[in-house]
Amino acid sequence: MARFTGKKAKETPGLNMGSMSDIIFMLLFFFMTITTMRESSLYVSIKVPKATETIKLQKKSLVSYINVGTPMVGEMQKKYGTESRIQLNDQISEVSDIPLFVESEISARVEADRPFVTFSIKADKDTKMGLISDIKQELRNSGAFKIFYNAAKGERK
Amino acid sequence: MGRKTPGLNTSSMSDISFLLLAFFLLVSNINTDQGIARRLPPPLPPNQEKPPDIKERNIFVVKINSKDRLLFNGEVGDIHDLKDRAKEFLGNPNNDPNLPEKLQMEIPMLGMIDVSKGVISLQNDRGTSYDMYIAVQNELTAAIDEMRNELSQAKFGRKYADLTEPQAEAIDQAIPIAISEAEPTKIGEKK
Repeated sequence: MARFTGKKAKETPGLNMGSMSDIIFMLLFFFMTITTMRESSLYVSIKVPKATETIKLQKKSLVSYINVGTPMVGEMQKKYGTESRIQLNDQISEVSDIPLFVESEISARVEADRPFVTFSIKADKDTKMGLISDIKQELRNSGAFKIFYNAAKGERK
Repeated sequence: MGRKTPGLNTSSMSDISFLLLAFFLLVSNINTDQGIARRLPPPLPPNQEKPPDIKERNIFVVKINSKDRLLFNGEVGDIHDLKDRAKEFLGNPNNDPNLPEKLQMEIPMLGMIDVSKGVISLQNDRGTSYDMYIAVQNELTAAIDEMRNELSQAKFGRKYADLTEPQAEAIDQAIPIAISEAEPTKIGEKK
């Protein structure tokens, strides 16, 4: 027996993993602070156009999104076709649904913030302007005047 | 001597925090929302007479057709010229009688200053692509931004982006975003 023979089995000492979790937690908090929650999953595919004079969208809590694009390949296309559609919140909608959407988005904010609610039109670059114009007209009629065209920063061609 | 308390085994702690990290990476996205901000005009009251006509020299018509081609005041134009044309139109540096009139206005922090009466009228077709529309809006924004930067350099010696809020407001008044959008034409619409 080792105890009596005086021989000791040599083992490589294990790495101390105690601080590993601290490091990972730090990473976790870092990502939690710089990112925002994805509000809803997209059912339409959107590739925003490029523009050079873009500004950052301020006050994310006062922004509501109107997504416009062709339905995603697969199930969505089978259901809704390949024409450009509007997605409000979590569902594919019609232009005529916009006033109700505006109403609910505005009333969801506290009174003081209501005049500053911005509607961000996030549209695919191949969308036809007819649809965008209809959306703008509906927004205008329902009293949402602050709009924002989402675009990616970058040189064109 | 008391017995040593055995240490907690924390090796799986890092696995748990890794899981959390991966979860947050999946459900969140890094904020990269950029774009062009605009203000829509309030809707017209239904029984209003026609708004007063704008003089021809005060208006610069930009049309985009369903094939994404451009027309500036009735002539075929190129997107690369749009910024300079818009700047020339809104600035009217040589007081050309064919370019817009100016209105002397008293603006706080700037004093008496010429404000252009020019309006850029933008009309697109229902078949115009959104990409082209944003390109045009981008050029017009670039023109206005450059003019604002020039004015703020001249008056305050700083870039427009570095101004204080009242200064920026004064500049906004001197050079407003004078873009008016007309009802789109319906030539390129698919039936």
